[in-house]
Amino acid sequence: MCVAVPAEVLEIKEGNIGVVDYGDLKQEVRLDLVDVKVGEFVLVHVGFAIQRLSREEGLETREIFRQVYAAMEE
Amino acid sequence: MPAGTDIAKSLKEAVDRDMAFMHICGTHEAAIARAGLRSLLPEHLKIVMGPGCPVCITPQGEIDAALELAGRGCIVATYGDLLRVPGTKGSLESCGGDVRVVQGIHKAVGIAQKTDSDVVFISVGFETTAPTVAAMMLTKPPENFSILSCHRIVPPAMKWLLEQGEAKLNGFMLPGHVCTVMGFAEYEQFPVPQVVAGFEPDDILLGLLMLVKQVKEGTHRVENAYPRAVSREGNVKAKRIMYEVFEPSDVEWRGFPVIRGSGLRLKEEFSQYDAWKKYGIMYKHVAKHPACICDKVLRGIAQPSDCKMFAKACTPRTPVGPCMVSHEGACKIWHMYNVRKT
Repeated sequence: MCVAVPAEVLEIKEGNIGVVDYGDLKQEVRLDLVDVKVGEFVLVHVGFAIQRLSREEGLETREIFRQVYAAMEE
Repeated sequence: MPAGTDIAKSLKEAVDRDMAFMHICGTHEAAIARAGLRSLLPEHLKIVMGPGCPVCITPQGEIDAALELAGRGCIVATYGDLLRVPGTKGSLESCGGDVRVVQGIHKAVGIAQKTDSDVVFISVGFETTAPTVAAMMLTKPPENFSILSCHRIVPPAMKWLLEQGEAKLNGFMLPGHVCTVMGFAEYEQFPVPQVVAGFEPDDILLGLLMLVKQVKEGTHRVENAYPRAVSREGNVKAKRIMYEVFEPSDVEWRGFPVIRGSGLRLKEEFSQYDAWKKYGIMYKHVAKHPACICDKVLRGIAQPSDCKMFAKACTPRTPVGPCMVSHEGACKIWHMYNVRKT
């Protein structure tokens, strides 16, 4: 439940909904808790963006996640 | 894990006395167990898990309340982690009611919008999930929707642990994602070494090294080893939304007595969404299973492998205590990574 994953905001729709990209997966998430623009990174938790991340931080954290998942598949 | 060896080496050199630190986050425990970090630590350095798994610290009385709602014919929407937690009479998974697993509260509201039946979201979790629930309360969900608020907030439990002193701690590793939302200013009230840490093995080792250094210097402050997500003030908007909707309440935690101001209940103006009030459900304290030591594990004074039932009568398939259920529970994590005595 407490996993939080970085994602890039691709699109912002009406009603505080955004389309984000986790790297390999695109999904709609709620943006109620953050003020973001398209192209910025957010940390997503239980379907909500809970904090904004800088682009470098987002990419770096995403790379860490990718390595962890790759290691888990080994 | 070659990257961590330098920090591990520095840790070995730095630890010159017995030291024990507590982390308060299931994701920290999972990272520690997965990377086998305890085996890298110097003999005199211990890291114990505290009450950091939201499912585990949810007392049985709240599970029973959720089961009662399912029994009354409500559609119960919940995070998957909660499904197998044993209540007095079975679990949400086995109760035969209409129980649906959702990613978050917004999906539960979506269910309510498409049905005439009553839908109740079992609202567990710390300061990471509470703002998401608060945000949905502000969107005016339909009348057939309500939440069973079982939220807990971390600082009052830390205060209790420090006042109580049974776990003999030298400091705390603060939960990275709780601090992402809340910041760490409110932890500055505690006169012990504290470090906010991230979730990679290196993040955790670095956090431990910073804690050890504070102990050796004889100082205490809150340091931030996870600056890529955490700032001192946190997510101000999320905090504002959370306290617009919720107010603190005095609640019991599993393994703990009632801790003042450690829960969150809906404010009066949102009472139509408060399932406790809407269905007149009374919280009842339930005595724990006599052999289960989840209470001691959650207070940081016992390890999962100290339990007579660990990996015998109590397994992930047949959990007796909540710490064997959640992916963030210490017993489930130790069982998964085959950790025995440390």
